[in-house]
Order: sequence, then C-alpha cells, then structure tokens
Amino acid sequence: MKKNVFALVSSIAVLGTALAGCGGGQPTAAPPSGETPAPSQPATPAAEKKPQVLKMNLHTEPPTTDPGLAEDTTSGAIILATFDGLTRIGTDDKPHEAAAESYTVSDDKLTYTFKIREAKWSNGDPVTAHDFEYAWKRALDPKTASNYAYQLYYVKNGEKANKGEAKLDEVGVKALDDKTLEVKLENPTPYFLELLAFRTYFPVNKKVIDANPKWAGEASSHVGNGPFKIESWEHKSKMVLVKNENYWDKDNVKLDKIEFSMVEDENTELSMFENGEIDWAGAPMSALPTDAIPALKEQGKIQTNPIAGTYWYKFNTEKPPFNNIKVRKAFAYSIDRQGLIDNILQTGQIPATGAVPPSMVLNPNGYFKDKDIENAKKLLEEGLKEAGLSKLPPITLSYNTSEAHKKIAEAIQDQWKKNLGVDVKLENKEWKVYLEDMHEGNFQIGRMGWLGDFNDPINFLELYKDKMGGNNDTRWENAKYKELLNQSAQEPDLEKRKKILADAEQILMDEMPIMPIYFYTQSWVQKPEVKGVHQTGLGDVDWKGAYIE
Amino acid sequence: MIRYLGKRIIFMLISLFLIVTATFFIMKAVPGGPFTSEKQVPPEIKAALEAKYKLNLPLHEQYFEYLKGVATWELGPSFTEKSSTVNDMINRGFPVSAHLGAQALLLAIFGGITLGVIAALNHNKWQDYSAMVIAVLGLSVPSFILASFYQYIFAINLGWFPIAKWEGFEYTILPSLALAASPMAFIARLTRSNMIEVMGQDYIKTAKAKGLHTFTITVKHAIRNALLPVVTYLGPLIAGILTGAFVIERIFGVPGLGREFVLSITNRDYTVIMGTTVFYSIILVVMILIVDIAYTLVDPRIKLSDAGKE
Repeated sequence: MKKNVFALVSSIAVLGTALAGCGGGQPTAAPPSGETPAPSQPATPAAEKKPQVLKMNLHTEPPTTDPGLAEDTTSGAIILATFDGLTRIGTDDKPHEAAAESYTVSDDKLTYTFKIREAKWSNGDPVTAHDFEYAWKRALDPKTASNYAYQLYYVKNGEKANKGEAKLDEVGVKALDDKTLEVKLENPTPYFLELLAFRTYFPVNKKVIDANPKWAGEASSHVGNGPFKIESWEHKSKMVLVKNENYWDKDNVKLDKIEFSMVEDENTELSMFENGEIDWAGAPMSALPTDAIPALKEQGKIQTNPIAGTYWYKFNTEKPPFNNIKVRKAFAYSIDRQGLIDNILQTGQIPATGAVPPSMVLNPNGYFKDKDIENAKKLLEEGLKEAGLSKLPPITLSYNTSEAHKKIAEAIQDQWKKNLGVDVKLENKEWKVYLEDMHEGNFQIGRMGWLGDFNDPINFLELYKDKMGGNNDTRWENAKYKELLNQSAQEPDLEKRKKILADAEQILMDEMPIMPIYFYTQSWVQKPEVKGVHQTGLGDVDWKGAYIE
Repeated sequence: MIRYLGKRIIFMLISLFLIVTATFFIMKAVPGGPFTSEKQVPPEIKAALEAKYKLNLPLHEQYFEYLKGVATWELGPSFTEKSSTVNDMINRGFPVSAHLGAQALLLAIFGGITLGVIAALNHNKWQDYSAMVIAVLGLSVPSFILASFYQYIFAINLGWFPIAKWEGFEYTILPSLALAASPMAFIARLTRSNMIEVMGQDYIKTAKAKGLHTFTITVKHAIRNALLPVVTYLGPLIAGILTGAFVIERIFGVPGLGREFVLSITNRDYTVIMGTTVFYSIILVVMILIVDIAYTLVDPRIKLSDAGKE
C-alpha cells in the first residue's frame, strides 16, 4: 500500500516537472469569420457580392506600427495600410494628393504650402496640420532615435536638428492653422511629393502618443488615418485589419477585412496557399522557396514585378588587383548576366549594365555590353601590365550565407574561370559579420544590393559620393563625380538635372568600383480573383484599392 | 532537507550569475551589433540610437546596468521589435512554447516508455524489432523533415489537421508529434535496455517463482526501477524541448519563444539574447533541482544529502 502511494507521488512528481510553467493558458481563438460560403445555390440575378476578405501571410510579426520608428518592409506594409501621408503613390506609380487636398509651390521650389483635407483619425479626432508638424519634428528629435530620420533632411534644418546643431523649432515645417501646413526645403527637391508618401512623413496623433508611449504595440491603442485600422493583433500569430469608416476616401476602399497570418517558413506558406488557406504567397511580404520556382513557372502560376533595386558586386578599390580600373572592368564585362538569369534566378530579372534601375533610368542602353568576353580579356591583359603583374594574386569573392547568393556566386566563379581563365575562391560569412567586414574594407569582391527608398537616381548614385560614406564600402571616390552630384542638388530644371546625373553615372561605370549584375524583380503566386493589389515600383504594397472579384 | 535546499539555491544563484556574465561578454565580443545593417544610417542617427539604448556607456557600466535589470526582472526594450519589451516577448511567447513543450513531453514520456516496455517484454521478437525500428527512425530523421512530412500527409493529403498556425487544439497536434519524435525514441531505447537488465535481476526471478502475474511484476517491480535513468534524462530534456523547438515553431508558424532564442543572435538583439538566456537558465537549474528531488521519491536508496555531491 505504502509503495503504491510512493509510486503515485513519484509519477506525479515526474509529470509535475513536465507541466511546470504551463500556467499561462493561450487565448482561445474565435473561429475565423468571413469564411467563403460554398457556391451551392445558383447566383441570383442581383449579382451576389463575394465577401470582401483578403487572406494573406505577413511572414513576420510587424516589429512596430509606428511610422516614425519602422525600418522594415513588414511594418512598412501595415503602416501604409493604416496611415495616409500628404500624398499617396497611385496605380500609375506617381504621387497623388491624399491627406493633403491641394498644395502650392513657390517659384524657387523651396516652399510648399499644403491644404489639409477634412478627415478624422480612426478614433474620431480631426486630422490637422499640427499632427504633421508634430510627427516630423518627433522623427527628427535625436531622443526618438528614428532610423529613417535622414529622409527628413530635405526639410530646412532637418539634418541640423537631428545632429543637435539646431533647435527643433527651427525645422522648416509649420502648421499655420489647423488646415494649412507650410514646408520649407533646403534645396529644390524634384521628388519631394513622392517622398511625402514615405512613412517617416506620415502624421501621428499627438494625444494618443502622449497618453500611451506604447500605443503602436497593440491593436486596442493603435490610431491611424489610413484606409484600414487594426481590429485585432495576436502577436506573432495573427493580425486583422478592417476598413476604417473614418477614412476620407472610404468609398474607394472595397475590402472589408484583411486577415494576416504570421508564418515565417516559406514552404509552409506555399503549402497554405495551395491548400486554399491564403490567397497569396511570395513577394512582397515574403518570398517563394527557390526550389519551388521552376515547377511554379512551368505551371504558369508565377507573376513578377520589376522593382527599383540593383544586385551588384563591390570591388575594394584600395587593394590590388582591384585598385586598377581595367582589371575591375575586365571582371565586370566578362560575366554572362542573361545566362545567369535564365538558368539560375529564373524569375525574369533584368541584366544590369548600369547602376540605376529601369524605373528611374538615365541611359536606357546601359553603359557596356553584357558578356563582352574579347574586350574583357584585352582589358585584363592591359590592366596587369599597368599594375606590373605577371599574373593575378589569389582572389576571394565574399557573400553572406544564403542559398540564393551562393548559387549566384558559384555561377559567376565558373564564368570567370571559363571566360577569363581566372580562379576565384568563394567565402561566406554570417550576415552581421559580413556587413561589418564590408564596411571596414576587409574584402576583395563582395556582394551587396540596394533597394531604392524613393524613385530617383540620386538615391543610388549618392552611395558612392564619399569614400567613407556609410554605404560605399568600395573606398572609391572621384572629385568630378562628387561635383556633378552637388550640382544636381541645386538644379531646378528637371531635364538639365537628368543630364547631370547621367554624366555622373557614366563616370561610375567608366571607373567600375561596382559591378552591376541584375535589377531585382519580385515574384509571387496569387488567386486570380484577387484584384487591385498595387505593388509600387519600390516594392511596397498598397491594399487600398484591392478587392475580391 | 531545508539545509540542503538552501545550499542548492545558493549554488543555483552562483551558476546563474556566471551564465549571465559569460553570455554578456561573449555577446559583446561577436562582431556586428543591433544597428549593423545593409543600409547604414548616418553617424548622428547611430549615435542617437546608441544613446537611447545606453550602448554608449563603457562596457562595465552596461554590464552593471544589466545585472540590475536582471535582479529586478526588467529586461529592457527589444532592439528589433521596437514596440515591445523583452518582458512582453517572454510573457507572450513562453506560454505557447510551454504548451507545445508539455504536450510533446507527455507524448515522448508515455509513448517512449510504452514502446520500450513492449520491446523489452518481447525481447528479440517482432514487437521488439518494430519498436526499435520506430525508435531509430525517430532519432535519425531530423525534426524538420518529419514536420514537412506530417504537413504533407496529415494536412495536405488527408486534411485532418491544419497545415500551420496556432489557433486551437487541432493546431497543436502535428507540431507536438514532430517535436516529440526524437525524445520519444531516446526514452524508448533507454527504457528497453534498462527493462531488459532489470528483468534479469534476482528479485524479478523471485517474484516469478512466487507465481505473480507478468503484469504485476512488470508494473509493480520492474518499471519503477527501470525508469530511474529516464528521470535523470528529464531535466535536460525539458530544457532541450523548450529551447530546441525553434525549427518546429518556424515550420508550423507557432508564436513561441524558441525562435526568439535563435533569431535574437542573428539580429544581435542584445536585450533579447540576454533575456531569453537568463530565462531559460532559470528554468534549467530549477528543473535539475526538481529532478534531483523526484529522484529520492522514486528511489528510496538515494538521500538528498548525497545528491549534493554530484
């Protein structure tokens, strides 16, 4: 008998260990509403509307829904759905008035005056010019530590304020009254209206932030002025957006609901799509698994959209042999970009023979010929002679650990071997270690990419303006190039400006500190009845006009 | 008993302190930081970020700040999830991981013991061989392969369970099964070999000679002694199941804490690295203590005062 008690106690003790810490129950989830009913009965003549519910995978938990702090695409997508800037990028990829009803520009292109539209926040407060002034100054306040504060440096004294060299009151944004916002710029900025559609320029509700500093972390406290509002947010698991009845343009918002899952695994996401649990898989929120692409392509399911981004290899121009222009060019000319795209990447990327992507192109013909092997061989020979070398020293191509980068690096290694007779070693590193090494110049050739923040060539060209600029890495600098970029900032005439920037790109491609490889595309699969999801040329996604047919 | 427990708790605190210290300095020694990114921000923004998160203080001050934080259980803000604190992340993620872990653990323990006992009682017969084939498969097939396989069979082909997400009981079955496979196999083999050993002991023969039922012998006399090593294995197993659920959580879209434990390192999310490490270390040392206590209950020959000399 005694033994039995012991046996019982001991088994309970064992199980107790298993159950320890299991106190927190999980919230029971309500059954998903808005299930599509089976179309069993014939449609009535009064054409029945499909429930306007879009089911998507968000890929990850949005780290924040605060427009001033967000720095990733997931947060960006939720913010674009729940906020409205002075302008919004339309389906024509151009900025249109949104929270601003109209605007005037001074003749010197330095002062913009916006008339703010009659509109309400999702909590019923009126949206005023003061909300914009507050939001911009908040993002520029060093105490806020906003990653994207530099997007506001176009505004007069923006940079100085963020560096602590000017007071926030001196920043060139001012609410003249509730409905009038005056903005003064440092320089004429031809793409300023487009910048306004970027989240750092979005308004935030001061009262809400003052009342609760953690307002952007929960559905219950989140307040926006966009087409949708957050109805529920189960962290790392689910988020539901519903139409915002207070939105000024609500008649053009057709979706009632967007239900997001948060599944990180790309294969799982694709399975869910094929099982009909979600309406969309892949870009822009996530990616299609590389192994699944050929099959999906064969079935004709894949859709692609070019985006403003360039995949390039950077040369360290301070270390031999790549301190020689001709050697750099030989390496850049000798690879077969089209072959790489057709055989390895397989999702319609565009071969890059310039630095600036097609959506903002300065020279549509490119600056050199893809797979120009003869020329490359000649250049290599001359370059070696100039450098006084009989043969190339050992060369290493570095990339950050990832299946996709590895495939590309192996293909290019092979092409260099075949077309130039050069042996190149490959080396991969963990992401942050890799970045650190690139920024410190511990590399010979290294992989990088750049996705545009706004649709203007300057965003790509200014990366190489300063030798020690944070995103240069190549240690290349050119006085003429610098001067042209400075000139372009002062030039109010758009055509002249474009010419100046094209000259600058010409210098960049003549000296080849970077070797452009391809321009990015995004690829995805979707249900055919989902319409009107707008993917901008920058790879952002706007669900404002989306509907289910 | 009280004296022993007091001693053990002091040892626990010392080991926690060592874990925190080692993690902190190793973490700081790794190249790259939370603000290293493909798009480098201008230096003034980097400085503002460092000031906001107190990374501009000298290292030893950061370390003392951190110790203070651990002592008061204020683990600080997350660098990646800007709207959450580490406490938020643990409070949200741990219940889910614990739920998944507990289910997997129960499956592993009961499934493993049952398989092991069946195999041992039918030593060298077909039941033994098939149980051991299952065990070898469970141990050798990686969990992510199993997970995808389960998804394919049970969710896509048969439609019995959802593919992924975490919204109700039916969502928890496949991830629990996938997570339980390897410990279940381990427990099965452990139980089997111990049972075979115990069944050959003199006292079992005596019981048999007395004419007791096989069932009574097995349950009352053999299993309890055969399970001692399994109990030993439970402490590390629980820690392993909680921290090792990363892959399963990812594949099934389970919003647990396992992923933070791994991802925070990739992101150099210092506060989350420290927070999850400290949290899991506490669980681990407490588990080891509980297992030691459980030991004395299972085996009267062991006294706690001896157990302290491990």
